[in-house]
Amino acid sequence: MGELAQYLVTGVGLGCAYALTGSGLVVIYRVTRVVNFAQGSFAVLAALCVTTVLAAGLPHGVAEGLGVLLAAVVGLLVGLVATGKPGTTPQAALIVTLGLGVFAYAVEILFWGDQPRSFPGLGGAIGGVQIHYLLIIAVTAVVLGAVALLFARTDLGRALTATAADPYAARAVGIDVVRMGLFAFAVGGALGGLAGVLITPVQQVSFDSDVALVVNGFSAAILGNLTRPGLTLAGGLLLGVVSALVGGYLSTAYQSDVALVFMLVVLIARAGRRDVVEAA
Amino acid sequence: MPALLTVSGATRRFGGVYALRDVDLEVAPGETHAVIGPNGAGKSTLFKLIGGQLVATAGTIGYDGDRIDRLAPHRRARRGIAIAFQDSPVFRGMTVAENVMVGAHAITGAGPVSAILRLPRHRREEARIRELASVALARAGLSEWADHQADALPLGRQRALQVARALCGNPRLLLLDEPASGLRGPERSALATLIEQLRGEGLSILLVEHDVAFVARLADRVTVLDLGRVIASGPFTEIRADPAVIAAYLGDPDRAGEGSR
Repeated sequence: MGELAQYLVTGVGLGCAYALTGSGLVVIYRVTRVVNFAQGSFAVLAALCVTTVLAAGLPHGVAEGLGVLLAAVVGLLVGLVATGKPGTTPQAALIVTLGLGVFAYAVEILFWGDQPRSFPGLGGAIGGVQIHYLLIIAVTAVVLGAVALLFARTDLGRALTATAADPYAARAVGIDVVRMGLFAFAVGGALGGLAGVLITPVQQVSFDSDVALVVNGFSAAILGNLTRPGLTLAGGLLLGVVSALVGGYLSTAYQSDVALVFMLVVLIARAGRRDVVEAA
Repeated sequence: MPALLTVSGATRRFGGVYALRDVDLEVAPGETHAVIGPNGAGKSTLFKLIGGQLVATAGTIGYDGDRIDRLAPHRRARRGIAIAFQDSPVFRGMTVAENVMVGAHAITGAGPVSAILRLPRHRREEARIRELASVALARAGLSEWADHQADALPLGRQRALQVARALCGNPRLLLLDEPASGLRGPERSALATLIEQLRGEGLSILLVEHDVAFVARLADRVTVLDLGRVIASGPFTEIRADPAVIAAYLGDPDRAGEGSR
């Protein structure tokens, strides 16, 4: 396989992790109006947890599943702390999630130290591309497809969408909007955790890896005004591919700037339009 | 027959101002009961106390033999109290059919956990909800609009949609907040026909309304509020002749200065 094709596949794989992180942000934001800055910590916690349970002898699959489950539970707890007190504004909750993200650093360093860790993924390579990237892409496609179905085709999904549209009216049709918000945080946690668990075999994880994930995930989500899952996926993939190309042809030093430039471009392009008000 | 809804001594204060003071009201099973009164009479406050959007300062609200005044709004909805709001009529970003299907949540679902547990049976449940929704849509005359975006409907149809959404949850008591406001003549009469139909089917309805003609057509009994108190209650033909009601509604020169208290 040519160099370009390699960069494309690894870029899409990387982009899947960004898209998962961004989708977690979107699910939480839509239902609760909270921008969850602890989103990256879900990934790091899940990945670090997997390194530990793998070392304890648990088989692959089970270990990764446990990591994602832990992230879902942590997501639920973040939701409880950030939005549990009645009358908390989304802005106040945002600051709480920021604080919890920093708190997560302390917990992670305490238990796992500050050195990067990793664990093996799916071995082997085809034409210079690690097969694990294909696994990332396949799992992301299945999971995001399942989430889309959940939202579009189930009673629970409609209740979540109704809560996102109008919590006041949603309550009046029997929807427990507080629980819907907590559920959204749990789903966001699981999606973030999945991003971490999938990406760690090809990219080491340390306590501060959340920054790259959350900046890229947030940039992807901004493309969809934090509310559109399809655009978030597109944004994530685009970011992944562009950073892989930049890393491959220019220098890996510029990779982290891609998301910031992208965010800037999106915001400038939006500035003259009306829906920027909605995003604010 | 015992009343389905019993409001007694309902009082709501905002700071030092009484929006509602010692209000009693009953809705019998199968009855259409209207609450009327001038602007600021406390109609909306009463409506929100019953729906749970506001909590009473004093007084009790009984429903089907139990006190419900401390229940959260979604719990009241699950006990069979459905609401159509005057503002926020529909859920944006969803089709008409989806909006109506959300109404089924009052009978299908408690929280997300039970919803997740039900996912294996999801196909059968989804079919049942679709069936409920299509019946409700047909009753509200909205079948041909099912796949339209809800917030693109004209206001009259949005109001009908709210009624359909309420019906999809199979309610025992329907609360309607000024359903006729902002509607043009034909829309208004179509909505009145729909409400009449529901009354004919034995649904209990509490109607808060400004439009006296609308109320005259639909209500079995009317409670008149003014400045937060009940000033008259009874069949429309009786209260229409009540001097206090005439004074409150038609405007009394002696009371013109009271607004500045």
